[in-house]
Amino acid sequence: MTALPRSARSFGWHVLCLVIVAVVLYPLVWLAFASVKPPDEILSRLALLPTRFVFDGYTKGWEGAADVGFGRFFLNSFLVAGLSVVANVLSCSLAAYAFARLDFRFRGALFAFMITTLMLPYHVTLIPQYVIFQQAGLVNTFVPLILPKLLATEAFFVFLIVQFMRGIPRELDEAAIIDGCSVYRTFWHVVLPLSKPALVTTSIFTFIWTWNDFFTQMVYLNDTEKFTVPLGLRLFVDTSSQSNFGAMFAMSALALVPIVLFFLAFQRLLVEGVSTSGLKG
Amino acid sequence: MTIVRTPDPPVAAEAAVRVRPARRRRKSQPEAFAFLTPWLLGAVALTVGPMVVSLYLSFTDYDMFTAPGWVGFGNFTHMFTDDDRYLQSVKVTLVYVLVSVPLKLTVSLLVAMLLNTRRGANGFYRAAFYAPSLLGASVAAALVWRALFMGGGPVNEVLAFFGWHTPSWVDDPRFSLASIVLLGVWQFGAPMVIFLAGLKQVPAELHEAAAIDGAGAFRRFRHITLPMLSPVIFFNLVMEAIHAFQAFTPAFVIGGGRGGPADADLFYTLYLFEVGFQDFRMGYASAMAWVLLAVIAIVTAIVFRTAKLWVFYDDAEERG
Repeated sequence: MTALPRSARSFGWHVLCLVIVAVVLYPLVWLAFASVKPPDEILSRLALLPTRFVFDGYTKGWEGAADVGFGRFFLNSFLVAGLSVVANVLSCSLAAYAFARLDFRFRGALFAFMITTLMLPYHVTLIPQYVIFQQAGLVNTFVPLILPKLLATEAFFVFLIVQFMRGIPRELDEAAIIDGCSVYRTFWHVVLPLSKPALVTTSIFTFIWTWNDFFTQMVYLNDTEKFTVPLGLRLFVDTSSQSNFGAMFAMSALALVPIVLFFLAFQRLLVEGVSTSGLKG
Repeated sequence: MTIVRTPDPPVAAEAAVRVRPARRRRKSQPEAFAFLTPWLLGAVALTVGPMVVSLYLSFTDYDMFTAPGWVGFGNFTHMFTDDDRYLQSVKVTLVYVLVSVPLKLTVSLLVAMLLNTRRGANGFYRAAFYAPSLLGASVAAALVWRALFMGGGPVNEVLAFFGWHTPSWVDDPRFSLASIVLLGVWQFGAPMVIFLAGLKQVPAELHEAAAIDGAGAFRRFRHITLPMLSPVIFFNLVMEAIHAFQAFTPAFVIGGGRGGPADADLFYTLYLFEVGFQDFRMGYASAMAWVLLAVIAIVTAIVFRTAKLWVFYDDAEERG
C-alpha cells in the first residue's frame, strides 16, 4: 500500500467512496426515475432511465384516494409537523432551562427520571394514552399527535437543550440576574437567544421525525380527510395493482421532497448535530 | 452557519448518568416549577400515569368497551405457552436485532474510518451517506425498498446477472426479513457520523508512535483505534439496539401490513399493534409492551455491566 504514489491512493479512495455513494443513493435515484416511467416499465425494465417520460403518476397520484386529494394529506402533514415543531421547541426549552440553570427540590431525581424516559419504549404508555384521548373524544383529531409535544414528552430534546445550555457561560445569566432581570427575562432575552443552534436542531429533527412518523398517525387518525402523507401513501399499498404503481411512486417521491429540501438546506448543521449529540435519524 | 456544540457522545452519554453537583445558586423554587410545568404535566399525565395503568391492564383482559377483568398472569402465560404468533414475533425481532445491529455498526465504523482523512470531498460523502438515515424511517422509503426487492425488481435482476436466481425477496419467507435487515443497514449514516466524531478524538501521535515501533495497520486498529473508540461503540450499540427492538414502519410496509409471508416479517411492535388496535385485546397488548420494556431494560443493563470489561475511558481514574 505504502508503495503506491500519493495521487494513486487518493484516486483509489475517491473511487471507493463514489461506489458507496452510488449504492447508497441508488434507491433514491431509482425512485425519482420510477416516478416518471410508464407504469409497465417500472418493474419490468432494469434500466434507470425511462424510454419516455410520463407524468401520469403525478396527476393521478395527486387526485389521491377515496375522494380525498393528496394535497389534503400534505396540508395535514404540514400542519401536524409545523405545530409539533413549535410545541416541542417551546416546552422542551422551558424544561431544559430549569434543569440546566435553576435550583429546586428533587432536581436530581427529576432529571434522572427524565433521562430514564429516554429509553422507555413508546408502547408502554401507548394504550392508556389512547384510552385517555378516546375518552376525551379526541381520537381522529390532531390533538393526540401534538399535545404530547406541548407537554415535552420527547425527553430527548429536553436532554439535547440541557446539554447545550450547560455550555453557555453561566456568568452571562448570573450577570443579568444581578442587574435585576427576573429569571423569566433572563431565560427569554439571554439564554434562549444563545441556545439558537440547539433550538434549530430540535426544530429540524422534530419536523423530519413527525413527517416520517407512521405508527402514531395510523393509531390516532381514522378518517381519510384527516390522513397525513404516510397514511395517504398506505392507501396506494392497499390497492396495489400494477396500474397504481405510477401514482404510488410519484407520491412517494413527493413525500420525500420536504425532507430532502430540509436536508440540503441544513445538512452541515444536521450532521454536526448528530455527531455531537448522538441524535438518531 | 452556526454549529451545535454539545459535548462529544461519550461525554454526553456519561453526563446522562451523573448530574453535575449544583453550584451555589440563587434559590428559585417557584420559578423553577413554573418552567417545569409543561414537562411535569406531561410526565404525570402522559408517562407515569399511563405506565401505572398499563401495568394494571397487563393483568386484565380489556377490550376498551367493557370494564377490564382481572386475569392475573394469564396474559403472560398465554404469551409464552400458547401463542405461536407471539413467539414468532419474538423470534423475528431477536433475529433482526442480532443481525442488523452488528452489521450496521460494522459498516458504519468501516465507512467512518474510510472518511477519517483530510481529503477534499469529505463533506460531500459524509452528507450523502447520512441522507438515508433521515429518509429511511418513512413509508416512502419502505415502499421503494419493497419494489427494489420484488420479483423482477432491480435486486433480482442484478443477482440473476451474476447467476444467482432468487425469488421475490419480499414474498418469500426465507428472504423477506433479510430485505428489512438491509434497509436497516442502509441507514448506517447516523452511527457513522458519531463514529467519525469519535475517530477525530484519537490522537494521530499514538498511531505514528505505534507505526514507528513497527505495528501494522491491523494491530494499530486493534490496539489503538478500538480501545479509544470503545465509549462511542458502547453508545452506538445501546442506541441502535433500543431502536431496532422497536422497528415498525419497514416491517409494516414491506410485510404488506400483516407480517409478510408466513409471518416472516411479524415484528414485535407489529404484532402488538395488531393485537391492540385490530383485535382490541388491549390487556394483552399492554402485557406485550411490558415484556418489551423488560427485555430492553435487561439488554441495556447487560451492555452496561459488560461495559466495564471492554469500554475504556482515558481518564478512567476520574470516573472511578
